[in-house]
Amino acid sequence: MDLLKAGFKEVKDAVTTKKISAVEVTKFFLARTEKLNPKLNAFIKMSDTALEDAAAIDKKISQGETVGPLAGVAFGIKDMLCTKGLRTTAGSKMLENFIPPYDATVVTRLKNAGVVVLGKLNQDEFAMGSSNETSYFGKCKNPWNEDYVPGGSSGGSASAQAARLAMGTIGTDTGGSIRQPSSFTGIVGVKPTYGRVSRYGIVAFASSLDQAGPMVSSVEDAALTLEVICGHDKMDSTTSQKPVPEFSKNLTTNIKGMKIGILKEYEKGVLHPDVEKTYRASLESLKKMGVEFVDVSVSLTEFAVPMYYLISASEASSNLARYDGVKYGFRADFKDLSSMNLDDFYSETRGQGFGTEVKRRIMLGTYCLSSGYFDAYYNKACQVRRMLRDQYVEAFKKCDAILSPVTTSPAFKLNERSKDTLAMYMNDIFTTSTNLAGLTGLSVPFGLSSEGLPIGMQLTGSHFEEQKILNIAYALESVSDVKGKTPHVF
Amino acid sequence: MSSNVERPQPKVYNSRGYEAVIGLEVHVQLKTVSKIFSADATNFESGDNENTSPISVGMPGTLPVVNKLVIEYAIKTGLALGCEIRKRSVFSRKNYFYPDLPKGYQISQYDLPICEKGEITFLVGDYEKRVGITRAHMEEDAGKSTHHGDATLLNYNRAGIPLLEIVSDPDIRTPQEAAEYGRAIRQVVRFLDVCDGNLEEGSMRCDCNVSVRKIGTEKFGTKVEIKNVNSFRFVEKAIEYEIERQIDEVEAGKKIVQETRLYDPDKNRTFSMRLKEDAQDYRYFPDPDLLPVILTDAQIQGIKSTLPELPIARAKRFHEKLGLPKTDATVLTDEKDLADYFEKAADICGNAKAASNWVMTDILRELNANKLAINQSPIKPEQLGNLISLIDKGAISGKIAKTVFVEMWKTGEAPEKIVQDKGLAQVSDTGAIEKMIDEVLAANVSQVAEYKAGRAKVFGFFVGAAMKASKGQANPDLVNEILKRKLDQA
Amino acid sequence: MIDQKTIEQIAKLARLNLKPYEAEYYSEQLSKVLGHFQHISAIDTNGIEPLVTPSEIEFYARPDEVVKVNSAEEMVANAPERAGHLFKVPPVV
Repeated sequence: MDLLKAGFKEVKDAVTTKKISAVEVTKFFLARTEKLNPKLNAFIKMSDTALEDAAAIDKKISQGETVGPLAGVAFGIKDMLCTKGLRTTAGSKMLENFIPPYDATVVTRLKNAGVVVLGKLNQDEFAMGSSNETSYFGKCKNPWNEDYVPGGSSGGSASAQAARLAMGTIGTDTGGSIRQPSSFTGIVGVKPTYGRVSRYGIVAFASSLDQAGPMVSSVEDAALTLEVICGHDKMDSTTSQKPVPEFSKNLTTNIKGMKIGILKEYEKGVLHPDVEKTYRASLESLKKMGVEFVDVSVSLTEFAVPMYYLISASEASSNLARYDGVKYGFRADFKDLSSMNLDDFYSETRGQGFGTEVKRRIMLGTYCLSSGYFDAYYNKACQVRRMLRDQYVEAFKKCDAILSPVTTSPAFKLNERSKDTLAMYMNDIFTTSTNLAGLTGLSVPFGLSSEGLPIGMQLTGSHFEEQKILNIAYALESVSDVKGKTPHVF
Repeated sequence: MSSNVERPQPKVYNSRGYEAVIGLEVHVQLKTVSKIFSADATNFESGDNENTSPISVGMPGTLPVVNKLVIEYAIKTGLALGCEIRKRSVFSRKNYFYPDLPKGYQISQYDLPICEKGEITFLVGDYEKRVGITRAHMEEDAGKSTHHGDATLLNYNRAGIPLLEIVSDPDIRTPQEAAEYGRAIRQVVRFLDVCDGNLEEGSMRCDCNVSVRKIGTEKFGTKVEIKNVNSFRFVEKAIEYEIERQIDEVEAGKKIVQETRLYDPDKNRTFSMRLKEDAQDYRYFPDPDLLPVILTDAQIQGIKSTLPELPIARAKRFHEKLGLPKTDATVLTDEKDLADYFEKAADICGNAKAASNWVMTDILRELNANKLAINQSPIKPEQLGNLISLIDKGAISGKIAKTVFVEMWKTGEAPEKIVQDKGLAQVSDTGAIEKMIDEVLAANVSQVAEYKAGRAKVFGFFVGAAMKASKGQANPDLVNEILKRKLDQA
Repeated sequence: MIDQKTIEQIAKLARLNLKPYEAEYYSEQLSKVLGHFQHISAIDTNGIEPLVTPSEIEFYARPDEVVKVNSAEEMVANAPERAGHLFKVPPVV
């Protein structure tokens, strides 16, 4: 079995029938990580117990006990998700030494399904960034070309997955942080509907926007992961109680007659020629598959980026207030605690513990929530957010999914945009409205740029309609130009 | 309109031509076994940080999930205070930094509280006072800090304990009214069994807003907040002091500063804690981790149907239906357990007046002397009722009943058993009484002669002697009758 | 334009000690982002209920039950400074 290509199902079947042991699978990926990670800086912490955990699964199998649907599958986890006994940093100095005494629900569910956690993956600090360049633990590289960013904020997940340092990874998406890096690295990334996946134990960036999801090698693996991680959680009252479909069983490439919406507003976007080309090609392929195209309008998407920045920064300013040097995490080095003024204690700790980008967002959010500005900014943004959501609800009465590029351009070079925050913002125009409206979205690799970098296509689905976009992606995947291509690190 | 012109009217407080405007914020700790947003225990006796979890310590990624019973208790209290129950109420974050606040914000309710626009009527001395309730909202308590000179130590056992903050309208005009208002609120929450009402242990806390204005002016003066007063007696004293202090300031031509003050019961004065100008900008916004609390009419009705009869209504019924004097009715309804006790005893013997007398004098006296609560009384209400029945049936005399009562208190035994075991039953056997009287007359020949000579007063002596001879058990009516006959015949 | 004084006030509110170049950078950045928001300000939102949770989720409340998972020791294990099972901070007066 080729572990560089094998899907979850194949590996799980092989492990449960003892054709290969979970320990062997784990060893394979640990060895590969050891070899390639120094180039990529995708993993920032390896689990000390991965082999033990794998052995426990093998033992269960040999004793005839039932194991979960992902038995023996080796995963890397974005460092936003808390892992019991395994350092969790959110890519920040603030949590450099934080060892959670609990697992995020997503991690618990993966473990219960038989997943072996290999380690923790690099990311932008507190998921604030689109290039993984704000990480306290160093930049992460794109395995297709190490001069390029893997995207962000889930850059480590994308890089590790594209280089097959793991069989699967988990990312989080607040404004595109799963889909954009997936597009940049040629993998499949799904942002589930808001409320589909528990946020418990996932370091909060923007509570009303954050969702975790799979960043994996195929649509089928994404579907299998979603089946495990989706569903109501008693620890997160913002999770839906809706039943979770058997996504993988329902997968089909027969999408004939499905209605695909084309957003008028997105047509106006200035696309990089390679992205434009890939987009046109995807339309052509879908046409051949017998889908029906429908023009839809969501005029407020034009304002999605500033709306997104305002709302996410406001929520973040409050979510990040807990990092104060009292209970855990970084505390500024004070010679004498007793002579310390409390405000200075906080301000020094937070001033030194957070990076520039994080502080910038906290400043913005604090301003937007402050007395006298709340109505004009935060509240206004939330009102327009409802209008945007309602426009999408209308649009989805006419179509099953909306097709668009993920980003305006393929992956950019390291350091190219880190100074130019506004250019970075523009990169988010296709992804942020999905989070604002609580919809589901995914990126499926479809084309290659002239420089040989992968380009993904985005499918956006209505609330709790993951199955529809998974099926369209499944169909696109079968005719994708990226199929069979691997990054040069292979 | 009412013709009852003698009805006592509320007092007008007048000190040097000024009147006070007072509003109270009472924090009621709701009696649940687990916290408002986590499953941590709420008991007091636990070790340091023993009642905490990643949620209550504010660890990364943890989320609040609201306790169903807290909502129920809030609604119950709101209904008892005649509030409108909001069918969609919202939890908001109150953002500020303080070490006892683990998340950097307190989850509270802000613009959309669960209860609004209620009122409470209570007795202040001889007059009835009505105070409006602005709102009552749910929130979480902060942790506890202890100061040790060179450092402050934090225990989060209390962080997340459920509170209901009841805010009055500025309808209170005198220190005594403020104290009685607090007592009335305590009485209600204890009747509802949603709070144990113990101020010393902090299960109720009181903030007082006080301002003064020249009598006759409409405009409110600048208000000063007195925080955390821990008894209603101190509420009265603190406000008394504060009113005079404010009048002194105004009279001296100074401006009242909006500030928070603390009351020092040892010195009987208030002192400034912090100026409101320094007060935080709390940046309230709806907590995206919690959905709005949505209630249906049926749910509210369901809770309404479980409401016990409240103290004021119950006192009214005791007075009007059971014929108790108003003051007795008020004393007996001070606490639900006491009222229940009385009512059970009264039900059993069918003699409310007697039951009231026994409870108010004998039972309360013994409880006070032994520092017991009514539900710890060794004499159960059924037993007291039976004791009264024995008197009413003529089985024992009132005097013997007192002896039986003492025995019941000591042993907890049924009155019938005590009467039987100790042979205390009243003697109504005429033969036996005649025999006894014959002996008394035979032993007091000179007194018989005196009686015969016309000194009617000696009759009393014979009654006493006869009762003594029967150890108090002879039926006094029969003794009188037989004695009279015998003496007249002698 | 968000001036330096406002930046200082916000930094104080957010408990962030900023270096001078940071303060300058943020002043410029905030002005830019809020500038982009100008177009949104022009949208008529009269009578529109603000949206917080974007998808339809049934209300869920937990029963009043105690569940104990972690020890006090685990709760203070990550503390920068502690005294027994208590967290230690500068003196608060």
